[in-house]
Amino acid sequence: MTATLGAPPAAAPVTMASALNRALADALEADDRVLVFGEDVGTLGGVFRITDGLAARFGDRRVFDTPLAESGIVGTAIGMAMNGLLPVVEMQFDAFAYPAFEQVTSHLAKMRNRTRGAVGLPVVIRVPYGGGIGGVEHHCDSSEAYYTHTSGLRVVAPGTPGDAYDLLRAAIDCPDPVIFLEPKRRYWSKETTTLGAAPLPIDRAAVRRAGSDVTLIAYGGMLATALEAAEAAVEEGWDVEVVDLRTLAPFDDDTVAASVRRTGRAVVVHEAQRFGGYGAEVAARLTEQCFHHLAAPVLRVTGFDIPYPAPKLEEHHLPSVDRILDAVARLQWDDQVEPPRKGY
Amino acid sequence: MVAPPVPESAQLPEELSDRHPEALLPTPTPLHLLDANGREVDSRLSMPEEDVLLDLYRRMVVGRRFDAQATALTKQGRLAVYPSSRGQEACEVGAVVALRPQDWLFPTYRDSVALVTRGVDPMETLTLLRGDWHLGYDPYEYRVAPQCTPLATNTLHAVGLAHAATVKGEDTVALVLLGDGATSEGDTHEALNFAAVWKSPVVFLVQNNGYAISVPLAKQTAAPSLAHKGIGYGMPSVLVDGNDAAAVHVVVREAVERAATGHGPTLIEALTYRIESHTNADDAQRYRDDAEVAAWLERDPIDRLERYLTARGLLGEDARAAITAEAEGLASRVRAGMNADVEVDPMSLFQHVYAQPTLQLRAQQQLLTDELLQEAE
Repeated sequence: MTATLGAPPAAAPVTMASALNRALADALEADDRVLVFGEDVGTLGGVFRITDGLAARFGDRRVFDTPLAESGIVGTAIGMAMNGLLPVVEMQFDAFAYPAFEQVTSHLAKMRNRTRGAVGLPVVIRVPYGGGIGGVEHHCDSSEAYYTHTSGLRVVAPGTPGDAYDLLRAAIDCPDPVIFLEPKRRYWSKETTTLGAAPLPIDRAAVRRAGSDVTLIAYGGMLATALEAAEAAVEEGWDVEVVDLRTLAPFDDDTVAASVRRTGRAVVVHEAQRFGGYGAEVAARLTEQCFHHLAAPVLRVTGFDIPYPAPKLEEHHLPSVDRILDAVARLQWDDQVEPPRKGY
Repeated sequence: MVAPPVPESAQLPEELSDRHPEALLPTPTPLHLLDANGREVDSRLSMPEEDVLLDLYRRMVVGRRFDAQATALTKQGRLAVYPSSRGQEACEVGAVVALRPQDWLFPTYRDSVALVTRGVDPMETLTLLRGDWHLGYDPYEYRVAPQCTPLATNTLHAVGLAHAATVKGEDTVALVLLGDGATSEGDTHEALNFAAVWKSPVVFLVQNNGYAISVPLAKQTAAPSLAHKGIGYGMPSVLVDGNDAAAVHVVVREAVERAATGHGPTLIEALTYRIESHTNADDAQRYRDDAEVAAWLERDPIDRLERYLTARGLLGEDARAAITAEAEGLASRVRAGMNADVEVDPMSLFQHVYAQPTLQLRAQQQLLTDELLQEAE
């Protein structure tokens, strides 16, 4: 019976960069209202080549370079969305999105609410974010908390090539504005998968590795590091579960809390600075929701509270497998209470 | 090494000819059609048709009555705040009347009279200021964007909407209103640049009313005029007498036509004056002289057009009485509307943050529901 439908497309190795490119191409193909624009996204195909070939294929009316002005890019995207289009814009690097902050927080996020639902803004802002690529200053920020603290935005950060495809397609289909954070250190990572074969809903977290002793909660660029740490933990005798948040806002309380109730221990991992960071929200929610299931305080493994360091020093700043394992070791496995390090 | 000589016969390519500096610069003095006494003057502009002039006059009178009523409501404490546009009616009305039904208006918080002129229900116009909600009308119903409070941010929305119209092949022009202060904001710069590069069907109307709250124009810019800024973007600019409704109307109409026929955006600076303080919460006497205000009262836009129409025999007693009655009718509807207490459902706090409320918002809505039930008990 299925034979008449033809063989399903074979799974093939794909990088996150090419998965994102495919998602944009498929969205442009599927819906005439989709536009892709930003700095260098046309002829060049973007500095990370995520939009490679799209201008040639879809024409410069739908895929085009703009003047170099981020507030202008987001502000005009808002106007285009008001007029029925579906803009997908690129901010060239995380820190270069800051000039657009007012347009994002005061307009993009609020328009639906202030117009009592009359004007929705289905805009996707793609932001290559985070470090780990030896980038110089202003090229490696993890800016997710600025966006997750803004009501009205959805914030998404894929961790695998296959999920990057699914989440970007879902973001473009979403009636709400989406900040789409692309972990640039994972752009060239490969996964053997069939793109679009079995997408999860946009607002669900996913258990990427089942385990029974402790839950690692990660997203974006830290998912691979957390999975690596989970494998390394086997030698220490820990059975580690890894939850990939996928969408940071709105938060999937059910999936994350269910995992932590099973394991009784949790560590949140992110590259971004610690103080007031996204991990603080995760830890607070888990404490509120799972307190009687917790055998230890929820710990955070994060970047330090410093401006993003120069390339030669970034390895000290970024959460590593060892630093994650060290946190797992401090989760009060014995009855002896060992509090988290003071002042960190 | 010497650069090769430029042949004397060298000409700019044809395609650049409309970017010749001379073609982009505003006139040295503001364009006008009527002097302060309502006498017709020599002008490169053509006087609008009589019925248009009468319509401008009627709408200015009605708009000023609305403005006065709203100001009175702040004094009675029934409106939280109101930024008056008294004295700027020629801009508010002259520009909006030049729009076609399919065009869009992007106003600021000072442009309530422009909203009323566009046909927005007066009570819906005041929703924001009486504190019921952030916006009282459906932007798609009137093709009027929400009134913009973060200055100049609306300029980019107008460019985007207009560019989308071009992409979709629709004949739509966006008129964006901004003030002299807003021209210092980065978004104005970006919007003028984007619009010029994209040749978007946009009209930028700067109502230069002399002050950004308390800061006079001299502290805002060193440019010869705000209209001169257009040349830096390759955009034609117009300087117009902003208290001459006929002139404002004609230059905006020309700009709308240019935009609609694929010739791109225009920057218009209208010279006018904010007669009232910034809002009812401001005290303009701290930063300007009464004499300055008095001089501008002599240049009143309504008086000017009234003198012209009266002298031409176009505004008889009957017409005047009918307009006054219409204005008073509007004011009385506003007063009655203010007396009707609007119930704002607290549950609406959660309904439109996202297309569908998130699970967290549903939980927070339940919390508020429980609190309200407890209070009611």
